[in-house]
Amino acid sequence: MVSSHPLLFDTLYFGGGTPSVLKPENIGRIIKTANGLFNISTDTEITIEVNPGTVTPEKLTEYKNIGINRISIGVQSFNDKILNFLGRIHSTNDAALTIRRARKAGFDNIGIDLIYGIPGQTKKTWLSDLRKVVEFEPEHLSCYMLTYEKGTPLNRERQQGKFKPVAGSLLAEFFETTMEYLTAHGYVQYEISNFAKNASKISRHNFKYWIFSPYLGFGPSAHSFIEPRRYWNCRSVKKYIENIKEGRLPIEKKEILSKKQRMMEMVYLGLRKTDGIDIDAINKNLGINFHQMFAEKIKQLEEDGYILRIQSGTHCALSRKGMLFLDSIAPMLMIENWG
Amino acid sequence: MGKLFRPRSQTTLEHIIFIMKNIRNFSIIAHIDHGKSTLSDRLIQATNVVSERIFQDQILDTMDIERERGITIKSQTVCLPYKAKNGQTYFLNLIDTPGHVDFTYEVSRALASCEGALLLIDASQGVEAQTMANLYLAMEHELEIIPVINKIDLPSADIERIKDQINDDLGLDPESAILTSAKEGIGVEDVLEGVVNKLPPPLGDPGAPLQALIFDSHYDSYRGTVIHVRIFQGKIKPGDVITFMSNSAVYKTEEVGIFQIEKVPKKEISAGQVGYIIAGIKTVSDTQCGDTITLKNRPCKTPMPGFKIEKPVVFSSIYPVASDGYEELALAMEKLKLNDASLIYEKDSSVALGFGFRCGFLGLLHLEVVQERLEREYDLSLILTAPSVRYKLVMQDGSSRIIDNPALYPDPAGIDKTLEPFIRASIIIPDRYMGTVMKLCLERRGINITYQYLTNNRMEMIFELPLAEVIYDFYDKLKSLTQGYGSFDYEIRDYRETDLAKLDILINSDRVDALSQLVHRDRAVERAKHACEKLKDEIPRQMFKIAIQGAIGGNIIARKTISALRKDVTAKCYGGDITRKRKLLEKQKKGKKRMKMVGKVMIPQSAFLSVLKTDND
Repeated sequence: MVSSHPLLFDTLYFGGGTPSVLKPENIGRIIKTANGLFNISTDTEITIEVNPGTVTPEKLTEYKNIGINRISIGVQSFNDKILNFLGRIHSTNDAALTIRRARKAGFDNIGIDLIYGIPGQTKKTWLSDLRKVVEFEPEHLSCYMLTYEKGTPLNRERQQGKFKPVAGSLLAEFFETTMEYLTAHGYVQYEISNFAKNASKISRHNFKYWIFSPYLGFGPSAHSFIEPRRYWNCRSVKKYIENIKEGRLPIEKKEILSKKQRMMEMVYLGLRKTDGIDIDAINKNLGINFHQMFAEKIKQLEEDGYILRIQSGTHCALSRKGMLFLDSIAPMLMIENWG
Repeated sequence: MGKLFRPRSQTTLEHIIFIMKNIRNFSIIAHIDHGKSTLSDRLIQATNVVSERIFQDQILDTMDIERERGITIKSQTVCLPYKAKNGQTYFLNLIDTPGHVDFTYEVSRALASCEGALLLIDASQGVEAQTMANLYLAMEHELEIIPVINKIDLPSADIERIKDQINDDLGLDPESAILTSAKEGIGVEDVLEGVVNKLPPPLGDPGAPLQALIFDSHYDSYRGTVIHVRIFQGKIKPGDVITFMSNSAVYKTEEVGIFQIEKVPKKEISAGQVGYIIAGIKTVSDTQCGDTITLKNRPCKTPMPGFKIEKPVVFSSIYPVASDGYEELALAMEKLKLNDASLIYEKDSSVALGFGFRCGFLGLLHLEVVQERLEREYDLSLILTAPSVRYKLVMQDGSSRIIDNPALYPDPAGIDKTLEPFIRASIIIPDRYMGTVMKLCLERRGINITYQYLTNNRMEMIFELPLAEVIYDFYDKLKSLTQGYGSFDYEIRDYRETDLAKLDILINSDRVDALSQLVHRDRAVERAKHACEKLKDEIPRQMFKIAIQGAIGGNIIARKTISALRKDVTAKCYGGDITRKRKLLEKQKKGKKRMKMVGKVMIPQSAFLSVLKTDND
């Protein structure tokens, strides 16, 4: 798989976990090795995720020196109570310091992650978070609604009734507030949870997930995708290492997407983006006539204000109101009886 | 295997008389769960009529539903050769009877084919409503009755108390009771000896014109209808041209024989015998339980008494959940009908549910059995509408109509009066439940006619109740209120005037025809509230508000609202999340196939069924 890629790669992403535990020189070695093995473009976006309070100015400078040109900081909140609730070890001061240091080290592409919908949070405290984050003028913002994942301590506590989750109606308000506030402050929303200062600062890497581009993932649990195949590596670090040592790809499982499954993913992922589903692309890829297939549904959804046809009708996208219901609407644009 | 008596080519009159003297025709009658099936199995095993392997395969495994519910739906008749202690070989025809109130008529025809019956009583439960009902039936047919006290091995068994009940409640001689534990195989031989010695042999003249009573029939995929008969007079052999006395239909006999689990063909069967006739009859619906078969060229003078055409009393529509499931359902219904003459159906259609069938059943249990068989044996997902009884409407213009389907209920302005069927219900309970049961029956518009003490703490209460109230969760309520001690039996009495209303359910102002019910006006609000609440629990929240209303005509009598979903969006979706999300979508899609659309509202199958359920489910 490794040597046979004619693909030109233009992003590298260190994330999912805490890559900053690695020494910068080791990250540098990885980048170098990748450059030796793959066809990687010269203006590649190279991102690293960091947690506030885990990086020194020196480390940041070193990142810069080894070629990293984008920093994604998991701030989550500018409210210490909320950070505490989320079990984060850093404080709001750590967060501010890290952002400033990254700037100082010369990063001109900084992304910040925030979470909302946390029990105890009010619209006022969330707005204050937004206000603070905008003051730092990050190039990129990801604002995620808190979700309770199965098997997490947070979910267990919720089930035990240790706290009261934020009501759906308030979450909806948070979501709308986020869109309104950030747009008013010069950000462009390009996906349900993602905003950029301008089109050139969208996360090139993350965007690929939503447009069905191929990608390769390294490390335990990492996913790779080359349409129509998807692979994922084994979760266990030990197994992962063993496999590599024995010269095997550490793949736990792969799936080959059927036409129906490709359609499901293209529709679902396409609708996550503000520029929506590229109808020409989906038609060509699947050999269908999307408009014809869903003419009635789309008309109804347009009338109800959930869907917009944009770019002179070549794209089908969700309105702001529609975005709140992505998971309900997407299935309406998928075919039921299809091989 | 016991020695089978096989008649030689020349059947002499002495031979036949010898056979008749050594024949016993009997049934086992019992309340549900008192061990009838187990005792039958033991008798079959004890007489070695079949090998152990066939026994396992064919007897124990036939019809899961029967086994699980402890009831017999399709009766099995078997001829048991038994060498008695007196050295003679007897042919004991065990005629099985369906074990539920819905099938009283079939039971009566089976009993009419017998000379005697074993009355089985559970040694800890004692006499129950069906014990009484079956005893009365057996007495009507002047059968010789042997009480059998079963399950004597149980720690809770109280033989003396049961003997008192046999004496006091049933008026039978307690000293004649045989003690058994069918499960442990105790007392099985005593039962066989009792059948031989205490029950009389059949009477009848093999030389007289044929008079054979149909007490059951079943469908055989190779041979068509197999008619189960008791020959009272004369004899029948292959080639005989026979006629059904109820409708004069004529058939040519292809095969006759007796049942020994498998069909055993015979050259002829004659007076006193129980066996089968195959005569090229396509479906069991062409035969009628209780009808008399005679020879076309030499008919008997009169049919056997007691014949009646059975009419369904409970009606409901059955729809497939899958929108393309009608053909499959139609095929399944056809197959089921081959073996179930009492099931009637015709095509029905609903705006909400598409095409389906309006079906008539002998009772609520019959309905449940049909539903379960369709779901299990034919792997169908179904939606049933609220069961209804058959109402008689007298119109303003003097004409009359019969209505069992809310969809066909006419404009009430044109109705002069409405009549509904009433039953006579016998309920047997420990007397501490008297108040509770009285309250239940009065709530259900019952009229308490009488009650009597059977023993010093058990009583029988006789009520007259509208059948419509009984098919709506009455039996479950009775069971739960009496902690399982209450037993119930009923017979249809007559039609009485009632105040009927058609309750409609509206979902976002669209009337859902499949949820309409015919209800007594006094009960309408309660039913409407119940339906709205159940629907509210079962219909998932959607992107808009959903109003659920119960209405009579234009009058809204109940209302519930399902508030709109405020958001439904997954916040994060990157590399590893995509497969997970897609799998979720695939699961949802599958679930959606079980949904029905009413306007823009998706209603799951469970919502339709929940309306039929009671609160204590």
